[in-house]
Amino acid sequence: MIKLIGILIVAAGFALRLNPLLVVVAAGVATGLVAGLSLTEVLALLGTYFVENRFMTLPVLLMLPVVGLLERHGLQERVATLIRRSATATAGRVMFAYHALRAAASTVAVNIGTHASMVRPMIAPMAEGAAARRETPGEKGTAEIRAHAAAAENLGNFFADDILVAVGPVLLIKGVLDAAGVRADLLAIAWWGAPTALWVMFVGAWRYRALDRRLEGRGR
Amino acid sequence: MTILGLEIFLVLAGLGLGAMAVRVAMDRSHPRRAAAALFWGLLAICFAGGKHLPPAAVGLMVVVMAVLAGLRSVSPPAAKVDEGPDRGNEAAKLGNRLLVPVLLIPLCVIAGGYLLPSVSAGGWRLVAPAQATQVALGLACGLALLVALRFTRSGAPAALGAGARLVHAIGWALILPQLLASLGGLFAKAGVGEVVANTVGGALPLHLPLVAVVAYCAAMALFTIAMGNAFAAFPVVTLGIGIPFIVREHGGNPAIMGALGMLSGYCGTLVTPMAANFNLVPAILLGLRDRHAVIRAQAPMAAAIWIFNVVLMALCVYRF
Repeated sequence: MIKLIGILIVAAGFALRLNPLLVVVAAGVATGLVAGLSLTEVLALLGTYFVENRFMTLPVLLMLPVVGLLERHGLQERVATLIRRSATATAGRVMFAYHALRAAASTVAVNIGTHASMVRPMIAPMAEGAAARRETPGEKGTAEIRAHAAAAENLGNFFADDILVAVGPVLLIKGVLDAAGVRADLLAIAWWGAPTALWVMFVGAWRYRALDRRLEGRGR
Repeated sequence: MTILGLEIFLVLAGLGLGAMAVRVAMDRSHPRRAAAALFWGLLAICFAGGKHLPPAAVGLMVVVMAVLAGLRSVSPPAAKVDEGPDRGNEAAKLGNRLLVPVLLIPLCVIAGGYLLPSVSAGGWRLVAPAQATQVALGLACGLALLVALRFTRSGAPAALGAGARLVHAIGWALILPQLLASLGGLFAKAGVGEVVANTVGGALPLHLPLVAVVAYCAAMALFTIAMGNAFAAFPVVTLGIGIPFIVREHGGNPAIMGALGMLSGYCGTLVTPMAANFNLVPAILLGLRDRHAVIRAQAPMAAAIWIFNVVLMALCVYRF
């Protein structure tokens, strides 16, 4: 049970709004020490995993010079102008379209966007532009639009994972089952993800529509 | 042998961070000049040279970075008057050309992901197949940057400066996802998962088929909330609850259990600050004052999706 101290530190630290980096390092060191590792061993493991996981930070770093440069030259303004010309666009419809496209691409394991490359420079400004066509959203409305744009990216990204082309998660599921001596068909695992992927489209449509309604209601 | 590896892009990113650190160090108006320069400098070293340094030294550098962040030393430079060109004017002048580099990135990644692994000659490969997508992303960003520089008639320093401004806006949160993944590694090494699975397994009447399904899906979500990663939760919860009870004791279908179990875990990802790269970093990237705004938007979605997964598994896992 003492090994759970790390989870406890993280939960308490996040709840108290302490700096997350400090909380995470403290949780890691504490967990390693109670598991019987020496301080040097814990530091070495921390360093090894940190270096191994550099690829998690890399895409953001590579993307930001392009996105930053284009934003300085009016990318977000241009995107908002484009969407304002469309008579039928609403913030919710922009998000649903992106969600659907993102999910469709990810059924064949193709990744068309991230928060840094698509949501910040394109999707959020499009949704804000569409909302501004009807009624300028206030600070609270803008914050809600942006949060939902980030949610559309996450929903599209997570729930349609490789239904048609099995990579990543499906292989992990198969690997874990295989290792335990349980037989499962790779295609069956992939296909049983499909009903949820469809349901997530409905859930997305429901929440994006609710957002549109809230934005309209606030305008009146 | 491979010619083009991910390491090249990691070194490039390290050099960019190094340039940023030097700029901060020379910026007299910066409120916490020395500490902020040290933070970005250490990160630059981890990126450019991490592979060749002793792991314990990198670990120590990570601890120092966390302490600097905890002391609120990693602040952005003082606001400058220089806002660059007039954005409205530029947007009107450049028009849809502004969109080209952004759309170029996904197209190049898709094309590169398919084409790069097949390029080989005499035992030399251009890229390792496992790294193809990420190398393609690196090349795509390089190409998009060249196009963007040409369209906007800017020089490389302007792009570096614009990128650095965004990195400063994200601040220490930039490395939170990477650090959380490292914590996941330490948790796995210490055997945290087994303890959790045994505790849950011992406390509930899992010999009832329906209870086993609900407990498995709930454990996937809760464990993902605690670890921030459904992939880390899956083996532990599946070996601890799923396979012994749903599959072995009650004869459930392992494919259905595995697929819906993983998807239940994703519902946990939607509501946990531990999944910083999906929930916290975007909030900062989008300039939201409430760090948990994205989680708040996603909570009702996560609940609706989780319930669907449980119902579907309960209806199907013992039938097919």
